[in-house]
Amino acid sequence: MASMLRCCSASGCRSAGGEALQQALVEARSRAGAGDGAPVIKAVGCLRLCSRGPLVAVDGPAGSVLYGEVPSARAAELLEACAAPPRAAAARRALASHALDLRHPFFALQEPVVLETCGLIDPESIDDAMAHGAYSTLHRCQAELTPAQVREQVRLSGLRGRGGAGYPTGLKWDTVALQPPGPRWLVANADEGDPGAFMDRAVLEGDPHRLIEGMAIAAWAVGADQGLIYVRAEYPLAIARLRRALAEVQARGQLGSLRLRVRVGAGAYVCGEETALLASIQGRRGNPRPRPPYPAQLGLWGAPTLINNVETLAAIPAILRRGAADYAALGTAGSRGTKVFSLSGAVRHTGLVEVPMGTSLRTIVVTMGGGVPGGEGADGGVKAVQTGGPSGGCIPAALLDTPVDYEGLRALGSMMGSGGMVVIDQATGMLELARYFMRFSVAESCGKCVPCRAGTVQLLQLLDRFCDQRASPADLAQLHDLCAMVKATSLCGLGQCAPNPVLSTLRHFHQEVVSALAVAPGGAP
Amino acid sequence: MSVLTLWVDGAAVAVPAGASLLEASRAANVEVPTLCHLDGLAPVGACRLCLVEVDLPGDGSPTRLVPACSTAAGEGLVVRTATVQLQRFRRMAVELLFAEGNHVCAFCVANGACELQDAAVAVGMDHSRFPFQYPRRHVDASHPHFVIDHHRCILCTRCVRVCDEIEGAHVWDVANRGSHCQIIAGLDQPWGTVEACTSCGKCVDVCPTGALAHNDDTTAEKRAARERPALLRSARERQRWHNQGGPP
Amino acid sequence: MVVPVRLSAAPKPLARPVLYSGFHPGAAMEQAKPSFPEASIPEHRHADALIEVLHQVQQQRGYLPAEALAQVARDLALPLSRVHGVATFYHLFALQPPTSHCCSVCLGTACFVKGAGVLVAALEQRLGLRFGARSPQRRDAEGSDGDAWSLREESCLGACAQAPVLRVDGQLVLGLPVSDPSRLAACFGALALPDRAAEAA
Ligand SMILES: Cc1cc2nc3c(=O)[nH]c(=O)nc-3n(C[C@H](O)[C@H](O)[C@H](O)COP(=O)(O)O)c2cc1C
Ligand code: SF4
Ligand code: SF4
Ligand code: SF4
Ligand code: FES
Ligand code: FES
Ligand code: FES
Repeated sequence: MASMLRCCSASGCRSAGGEALQQALVEARSRAGAGDGAPVIKAVGCLRLCSRGPLVAVDGPAGSVLYGEVPSARAAELLEACAAPPRAAAARRALASHALDLRHPFFALQEPVVLETCGLIDPESIDDAMAHGAYSTLHRCQAELTPAQVREQVRLSGLRGRGGAGYPTGLKWDTVALQPPGPRWLVANADEGDPGAFMDRAVLEGDPHRLIEGMAIAAWAVGADQGLIYVRAEYPLAIARLRRALAEVQARGQLGSLRLRVRVGAGAYVCGEETALLASIQGRRGNPRPRPPYPAQLGLWGAPTLINNVETLAAIPAILRRGAADYAALGTAGSRGTKVFSLSGAVRHTGLVEVPMGTSLRTIVVTMGGGVPGGEGADGGVKAVQTGGPSGGCIPAALLDTPVDYEGLRALGSMMGSGGMVVIDQATGMLELARYFMRFSVAESCGKCVPCRAGTVQLLQLLDRFCDQRASPADLAQLHDLCAMVKATSLCGLGQCAPNPVLSTLRHFHQEVVSALAVAPGGAP
Repeated sequence: MSVLTLWVDGAAVAVPAGASLLEASRAANVEVPTLCHLDGLAPVGACRLCLVEVDLPGDGSPTRLVPACSTAAGEGLVVRTATVQLQRFRRMAVELLFAEGNHVCAFCVANGACELQDAAVAVGMDHSRFPFQYPRRHVDASHPHFVIDHHRCILCTRCVRVCDEIEGAHVWDVANRGSHCQIIAGLDQPWGTVEACTSCGKCVDVCPTGALAHNDDTTAEKRAARERPALLRSARERQRWHNQGGPP
Repeated sequence: MVVPVRLSAAPKPLARPVLYSGFHPGAAMEQAKPSFPEASIPEHRHADALIEVLHQVQQQRGYLPAEALAQVARDLALPLSRVHGVATFYHLFALQPPTSHCCSVCLGTACFVKGAGVLVAALEQRLGLRFGARSPQRRDAEGSDGDAWSLREESCLGACAQAPVLRVDGQLVLGLPVSDPSRLAACFGALALPDRAAEAA
């Protein structure tokens, strides 16, 4: 194998100096005389441990090593590290302080399925993607299986939607496929508005062809001949790479008659909600509408429309290549396969982890993530773990052994959400955090329905009183009542889930809530 | 036409397929409070006052709350319209509406002819437990015949829909989002300067509150005609005229 | 079981698809790299192109002036209020001209936990601006606003692993040292943020 330097070119590392480093490597190589044996320098997708960016993986005869936080000045040494063992050894010793241990649980416990080739391939080269197997599963499906058989595989794999709600993907595909004859649409939901989540970004920036292949398989399985990818405008690099990938794959004729296009959002979290997404694609305000009818029955321009999350679709090629049973062997009974989490917040190792469903929070946050920097004890100084973003809740350190799957998290009053996992340390007050999320919901409410538009404003003001120690027991009762009302009566998931961070705080951190009540009886109204 | 049978508050009713749960409730002589919905306009399910509890037949899935105005009746559904919980939620929704705007009924053109007041009575609300927000809003009296007082607007979007669906002028829309939402005319300009307005008055006819009124109306003089969209729609779409009054 | 919906609840059937042809964002736009090329694909039905076209106009003009919104409405044959309603719904559309410099702080969860609040307070002080505000407009004869700044919120930029995150004139700055005021000030200095607090003193 030719020796190779894989430079992370995803936006995390790029802003940490990855571009400059890659440039320096290219220059150093040409200075050294780029002969036949010169190492290949390849821009790749996220290499997982984003906090140590810019990351470079060195593959040479002396094995693979991952380096982090490498200044551009060390480019020559990185090149040396690709050489044959005697020369490489010296360079590798010199770079030792930048080396990251690939046997560390952060890397060792990962189970890459969705991110299989993210970090290996050049996201801007279809040839490289195809050399790693892109589109071969699509062609195999089309040659060897019927659409119904593909749907059956997806059903048997137990895959559930990774966008948050966890609806069984195979069932959704069947619903769309079995609608009366006529046109159908396919939409990939790449709106990833959940603050603290960047899994979909990693797929879009690191392996766009996997998403496109997943979409092509989905489109074929449900009979759609047009598709859209709705990407949030905050991800310019993802948009550029996706457009490029689409242009390349369409130029190669890999997609047959399927037409895929990119649509760019304009900054609205609620547009991740599927009916708001449809409205936005059709040039309207992103107001959700009551369901039923579900988009699978009545979607874009009145046609049945399959909407899936990016990660859901990106899992499809691997499922069909490995076989449903193989995929279903990963994970738990109710939640099969793997899930990508973006680990961030007060944790030593932040970045992307893909692990089998059912992995415990402790494994992810303490073993892999290393706990809070400077944190001690079995819980690594962790106070709580926030999952599910503004729709989810905080799980206290005492429950770190909870296996992470859809039901497990829901039972604790949180949600899987899209996969954002933010570690909270002792310095963060839980009421402050609840208020932070409520502020988010107030800002992102579309304003269509009363409980969410007016109710979240009142909830925020109630939380203000708690955070300022002005709250009375009557405020606490009202907080409970209003949370229940907003949750039960809001039109869409945003309003229905907006009280969750408050409810989980009331449930798991009751002590903090009680001690926030005003000292004087009754408090000032 | 096929007929569906379902239960509303214990009574069996039969309705034509395609009827809404609201229509089914009416058929059962059950009053479900509504605010954003108006017969003749497309339902939007925004105010959440008409939420009812539904058990889906047979499948054992948990009870769901659905808006009666925008949910179709289904065969064998069991609908409850007035559980204790629903009444609590409805009351809170009305309280939230009162706290959200600036509603001083004593000085309002619509006093006595206001659906928000009616809703407050229907849900048994005498005061709002939520602090009033006192938003800073404005009055636009630039139109030669009508006036809009945003303080009293509950964002039901009836005006938007009637002007779009029935009059076809689409003068109104909603601007901004969340609690900053506001009804706007044209490019958020004075109503009187919007060329598209035909001065037909339909928006004033349907507004549930005193937000839209004739500009010579004073306190408690609001003239509303909230049945008009349904009559116009029936005339236009089914060629049936029910708005001809009695013999001269 | 799925509850069927009655017909009137369904979105209105679309009028016969009208080919998108009207809006020409001007010669300048055509020379500039068109970054939302889909809008010129003819199969775009008129109303559906609205957001795409607004992106184009904003790209070209820097913001969405009222006369441009009116032009878009005419070209796409849409009601004015509909265009205004859409333009004000989305956070990324600006109806006011941008300041020549902009500093925005990510207020995503990871950044919040890692001290975005401290960062905001430090920036407010440094720029002499309240969060969400912009320096007063002092346009000179050439229409330049000198070095007016605005301090804004930004939604999660997906760089959560290196929180807290700041964006100065489009450039991402990661992992700001919020716990160390002097290093933070040095960072601001390196980014050429004006020190209004010092100027005032
Ligand atoms: C307020 C709100 C925001 C959402 N945001 C997203 C999002 O950013 N990305 C996403 O894939 N799904 C999001 N969803 C979930 C989608 O509505 C939808 O369930 C999902 O795209 C379906 O795909 P899946 O079955 O593959 O999960 C959101 C839902 C709600 C209620
Ligand atoms: S719950 Fe909130 S976001 Fe959803 S429709 Fe209602 S107001 Fe809009
Ligand atoms: S008067 Fe008629 S045309 Fe004018 S805004 Fe009202 S409904 Fe629309
Ligand atoms: S002006 Fe009247 S009809 Fe229009 S949204 Fe406000 S309350 Fe409803
Ligand atoms: S962005 Fe480079 S490692 Fe994640
Ligand atoms: S009347 Fe049904 S939601 Fe308003
Ligand atoms: S939370 Fe700030 S970049 Fe994601």
